[in-house]
Amino acid sequence: MSSADLTSERDLPPEREATTRGDLVPERDGPRDTGMDDASLHRWLARTWRTPPGIIGALSSVDHKVIARRYLITAFLFLCLGGLNAVVMRIQLSGPQRGLIGPDLYNQLFTMHGVTMMFLFAVPIVQATGIYLVPLMVGTRNIAFPRLNAFSYWVYVSGGLFAWVSFALSMAPDVGWFAYVPLSGPEYGPGKRADVWAQMITYTEVSSLAVAVATIVTVLKQRAPGMSLDKIPLYVWALLVTSFVVVFAMPAVMITSTFLILDRLVGTHIFNPAEGGDALLFQHLFWFFGHPEVYIIFLPATGMVSAIIPAFARRPAFGHLGLVLSLIAVGFLSFGLWVHHMFATGLPKLGASFFTASSMLIAIPNGVQIFCWLATLWDGRPVIRTPLLFVLGFFFTFVIGGLTGVMLASVPLDLQVHDTYFVVAHFHYVLIGGSVFPLLGAAYFWFPKITGRMMSERLGRWHFWLAMIGFNAAFFPMHIVGLWGMPRRVYTYPAELGWGNINLFISAGAVLFFLSFVLFAFNLVHGALRGAPAGDNPWDAGTLEWATSSPPPSYNFARIPVVTNVEPLWAEREALAVATGLRVDARELIISTVAEAHPDIREKSATPSIWPLLAAIAVGGTFLYSIFTPWAIVWGAAPIAITLIGWFWPKGDPEDEE
Amino acid sequence: MKRFASIAFGTATALFLQGCAGWQSALDPKGPAASELAWLIWFFAGLCAVVWVLVMIALAMPLMMRPREPAEPLVLDAGADNRKLRVVMTAVGLTAVILIGLTLLSFFANRTLAAIGSDAALTIRVTGHQWWWEVRYEDATPSRILTTANEIHIPAGEPVRLLLTSTDVIHSFWVPSLSGKLDLIPGHMNVLDIKADKPGVYRGQCAEFCGAQHANMGTFIIAEPRAKFDAWWNDQLQPAAAPMSGEAKAGEDLFLNRPCVMCHKIGGTPAGGTVAPDLTHVASRQTLAAGTLTMSRGNLAAWIADPQGVKPGSHMPVVDLSGDELNAIVAYLEGLK
Repeated sequence: MSSADLTSERDLPPEREATTRGDLVPERDGPRDTGMDDASLHRWLARTWRTPPGIIGALSSVDHKVIARRYLITAFLFLCLGGLNAVVMRIQLSGPQRGLIGPDLYNQLFTMHGVTMMFLFAVPIVQATGIYLVPLMVGTRNIAFPRLNAFSYWVYVSGGLFAWVSFALSMAPDVGWFAYVPLSGPEYGPGKRADVWAQMITYTEVSSLAVAVATIVTVLKQRAPGMSLDKIPLYVWALLVTSFVVVFAMPAVMITSTFLILDRLVGTHIFNPAEGGDALLFQHLFWFFGHPEVYIIFLPATGMVSAIIPAFARRPAFGHLGLVLSLIAVGFLSFGLWVHHMFATGLPKLGASFFTASSMLIAIPNGVQIFCWLATLWDGRPVIRTPLLFVLGFFFTFVIGGLTGVMLASVPLDLQVHDTYFVVAHFHYVLIGGSVFPLLGAAYFWFPKITGRMMSERLGRWHFWLAMIGFNAAFFPMHIVGLWGMPRRVYTYPAELGWGNINLFISAGAVLFFLSFVLFAFNLVHGALRGAPAGDNPWDAGTLEWATSSPPPSYNFARIPVVTNVEPLWAEREALAVATGLRVDARELIISTVAEAHPDIREKSATPSIWPLLAAIAVGGTFLYSIFTPWAIVWGAAPIAITLIGWFWPKGDPEDEE
Repeated sequence: MKRFASIAFGTATALFLQGCAGWQSALDPKGPAASELAWLIWFFAGLCAVVWVLVMIALAMPLMMRPREPAEPLVLDAGADNRKLRVVMTAVGLTAVILIGLTLLSFFANRTLAAIGSDAALTIRVTGHQWWWEVRYEDATPSRILTTANEIHIPAGEPVRLLLTSTDVIHSFWVPSLSGKLDLIPGHMNVLDIKADKPGVYRGQCAEFCGAQHANMGTFIIAEPRAKFDAWWNDQLQPAAAPMSGEAKAGEDLFLNRPCVMCHKIGGTPAGGTVAPDLTHVASRQTLAAGTLTMSRGNLAAWIADPQGVKPGSHMPVVDLSGDELNAIVAYLEGLK
């Protein structure tokens, strides 16, 4: 460790750049930040890093904060749409044999609810939070591959629009978010509905993979000098592990959806048992992605919890190393559990028992995390503000979800509750309790950083209690009605089974829960317009994102901080040491070494460009067209090639200096 | 607040009591497999509840404490952290012990379940269709092989082996008061052994989403004493009853000359379709359209006149019939006991 030699105002590596290519390309070196006074430094950096004005400029933006804000708002809109789906379903189910909607619409609704919540809300929003926060938390000026990041947003939006326009045209998928064959296959899934599912998956996975790659490289190569592996904030660790899980899990579902569309479009019979294919193969491929998917959504939320608790418990997280190792262990183990979604398919009993054991095993690292957080809180009464309230709500609900998860891990027990409302209750406790509650806490926690204003604490408390009561009223009774024999994905049920009253109660809870989000939306808008000014660090938290102004300038940090502690702002109360030597007339970043975060080279970060948008349109158009004909790949190749050539066209800049 | 709590508690209790009367409930076991599973569910749930309460106590403790001294957050009490480390390690160790225990429990429960049907004498092949169940009783004597639909008669107190498969999409066979569920997958054959302790009617329904009418794909297991079951089997092997009245005779002619005959079979008549339920003894069944309607003259008429209204998306087409024709067909079917 060498933070000692990174003294304040120390210059970055010696001026070797002149010798690297100097003989051939005359070096056009510009002004550096070394010794520059603050006012002119701000002027220079603001001009260098700004998003260009005008509509074209806005569409060309590669600023991670701009992209992340768009992602967050879009994902929140999809959350509202998915929530509305749920409310309509709950009204239909509020009594036996209700005729509000028929099976055709109901099946589209629950499919769109699942698809929207998983692919258009949960994964994008946790990644978007990472896009916003990771570069700030590691002390760099932009995410790695900023144009790829911009591209990912446009692909995501086109995928979401594609799905919801299909829904508006009543051609939304109606085969469930898991779209099992043969129901989604060419024979039993007529029309374009299952194709919409398959291609919509492809859109969102492309986008998600792009963000994962950018996040991994940002964390591994762009950390502020001194932020060695042991000083990376837990939230950043969580995003790093999540991104690796994305990289290994998403290809499985892309293969699944591609095989499906090949079966449907060109008749490959990969999943057709009548022609030697196999329907169960689909499930294996899907759940090999599908289970890690849960952790893709959950792990970033644990990172949020690990960020919020220390700020309000007024101490660093207890068991930092244990928490990091748990994250990594969960990341690995999440790939060994997929069969527990398939216990009812009649797999050999001994084989299935191994997956019981592995599913139980993952409870241990998750338990370690829970215990470490509790131990962090044990130093005395924490400061109870809305973000922490939601974290307490997270404990209350997620632990229930985790424990019912232990129940589901048991093969015989699962055979009674699989595909019943018990499972619906379980995964909503895991996903809402485990991920949405931390996300809401995170929204209150980081809102001041993003907007420069505080959200209302009073409304926040109302929001919390409304959400807690609504959520538990809606989802807890589902455990019971599931054990009473009510299966999932039914658009109605007979009166004589006696599920009417409890379903009415559930529906009332669901409406209450939905209203809590209306209140939240109001609080967001109210906070953005009227909230009290927040200042740089309203919670007196310890990580780097609080070192810059709120909202952060386009260049994040005027001078790149030097990190000496896992909570640098607590360690350096006066002023952070900074590293200098970066050019201010070009978008320069410090690239540091993977383990020790020694400043290594200066690297240019990409400038704004409209090409990512054009490339996304070309790619999106090709995907869309491909649900109609395989020739789409041929016709689409040309525009994709053109836009990619435009994107990567050499600019004639001098090669990046060492 | 108190009033609200008492109302909430009252509602919860009422809801709970209401459900215990269910005839499709995992908590109301009527066979050895479901009993074993209900015990397992209660044990797991109880243990999980205890763990949850302990975690909540651990969470509530700091909320009761004095606020932390406004010290610098990085100034930590090393001794306290060491004590916490021991507590955390103990908790992790206990978690591991509990999880190993539950894994073993689950493993042995699975063995118990596997042993239930080891001496099953009766084999029934259940084939899933969108959205009904084809039920075929296997027998060494070909003339005793019996095909019916949706309702599965079994001898009470004897293990029965079900062979599960599907001809279209994936379904899942689930009668919670008797056993856990198992999927019916095209191209695969699954084996589920069930046993009902006492005579009775146990409802089940498809548990794997299978399309438009997944919600209305019910089934009934009707457990009867052995003698009654044998008599039922013999009755079902008989060809369809000849129409007794003129109207019913007209109904039979209509049935045989209209599209009905393309899909349905009625033993003893030229009707031999196999893509829809066998109607040879349809009137002896308790329900129509896989548990959607109870069997009655009115419901038969409703189902034939408006299948897409009763069960939207079902594969039963609307056949254009006049009122008299409809009545005649219903009169005929009603006689097929």
